[in-house]
Amino acid sequence: MNWFTALLWVTLALVLAFLVFPVVAIFVDVGPAELIASLDDPSAVDALWLSLRTSLAAVAIIVVFGTPAAWLLATRSFRGREVVTTLVELPLVLPPAVAGIGLLAAVGPSGLLAPLGISFTLSTAAVVVALTFVAAPFYLRQAQAAFAAVDRSWLDASRTLGAGEARTLARVAIPAALPGLSAGLALAWGRALGEFGATLMFAGSFQGVTQTVPLAIYERFATDFTGALGLSAVLVCVSGALLLAVKFAFRAAY
Amino acid sequence: MIAAMRRFLVLFACAGLLAACGSDDSGSPAGSTKPQLTVSAAASLKNAFRRYAQDFEAAKVRSSFAGSDELAAQIRQGVKPDVFASANTKLPDALYAAGLVGKPVVFAANELVLAVPADSAVRGLSDLTKEGTTIAMGSESVPVGAYTRKVLDGLPADERAAILGHVRSNEPDVAGVVGKVAQGAVDAGFVYVTDVEATEGKLKAIDLPADLKPQVAYGVAVVKGAKHPEQAQHFVDGLLRGAGREALEGAGFLPPPGA
Repeated sequence: MNWFTALLWVTLALVLAFLVFPVVAIFVDVGPAELIASLDDPSAVDALWLSLRTSLAAVAIIVVFGTPAAWLLATRSFRGREVVTTLVELPLVLPPAVAGIGLLAAVGPSGLLAPLGISFTLSTAAVVVALTFVAAPFYLRQAQAAFAAVDRSWLDASRTLGAGEARTLARVAIPAALPGLSAGLALAWGRALGEFGATLMFAGSFQGVTQTVPLAIYERFATDFTGALGLSAVLVCVSGALLLAVKFAFRAAY
Repeated sequence: MIAAMRRFLVLFACAGLLAACGSDDSGSPAGSTKPQLTVSAAASLKNAFRRYAQDFEAAKVRSSFAGSDELAAQIRQGVKPDVFASANTKLPDALYAAGLVGKPVVFAANELVLAVPADSAVRGLSDLTKEGTTIAMGSESVPVGAYTRKVLDGLPADERAAILGHVRSNEPDVAGVVGKVAQGAVDAGFVYVTDVEATEGKLKAIDLPADLKPQVAYGVAVVKGAKHPEQAQHFVDGLLRGAGREALEGAGFLPPPGA
């Protein structure tokens, strides 16, 4: 092993230590018994259930609308495509507080669309809106890249055999891009599960209605650190399982 | 590749330059010799402490504003600001008992009110029981939320239940409650009178019945193991008499009970 390879390994070790240490600390600080005990609390159960429902709803919306949109961005070249791609990716780099303010200004009670009667806040629907906004770019970005990487000749073959574009998309492009699409889906889902700032600003915090797991963790942090650790541990497990499931499901297929 | 890297470096340098410009007066020779005092303060103290910090001679003050309960929890987890100022006396007393802060002193009082938009038809607590009314309050653990629940506990059970049934958000600090009312996301919120004054007419305060009004007293303490205990003590002293006292009065705070 030459010195450069050694250096690469050292940096990887540092990166890994830095990223993994806080996550490990959560599980060192809280024993399995306490972890389970912390879930024996109606507010924790409500938060988990709410997070599951709202993040699934957000992911469903993202996939239904995001897949065709990403296909278009990946297969057509038109004026301003780069601009559109950048706009779509913008929420990725926006601080959650900016997302929260933006949503309030757009679809809040005194937002731009309020005169038309379109306004969400402090409701479960508002949570879904916030999660969709922050998570969508993660899927769109991956989906666009995955579609762009599909071998042109497969698509051409499908068309020569008489399949229309819709059929080609459904039967050839989506199956071929599936690993990339699922990776994007997992990232978007993970981001939605972890959303905090935009949700608090736009949707508020109320048990069973808008208090998702991250908000419940924040509320517990002040009075019940062990409880906050317990819920955090659950969120780590769920998010980690999500990433792993997607990785393994598509390794098996290929 | 090289060109891309160079472009990246230029971008990076620009960002660094921007960051340097952003860190206000650190470049001035007087500023650089002053110690930096870290103050953890209740969200409701923001305006008063901002003004006080500008006039504070002994140190450059960095404040972090949040729910008092969150700040106290940070101190329990080993975070060491120099000063902890809370919207109640319970949290600093508990930290004192745990040996984490010096002896707390009461330095100001405030008043819990019902905040509504300036053009609201809400006149008092009884309007909050009306069908379709929406309310925001502090969560149970933050002082403003605890005071609010104390007020509601003094109401007849059916009235209390009706009001609690109209709560749409339990916010982690008072700033969140003010924001929800100011945005029109809810019809009313329980906040301190100083928070309403800070909105400069956007919100109006409705007094609570005198027999239900909780006593809102603010406690402050120097944190044990503070980096700059001497300046921290100066800061606390100034809250009782001096520039801090004036800033508090300017923001609408009342003198501490018994002073």
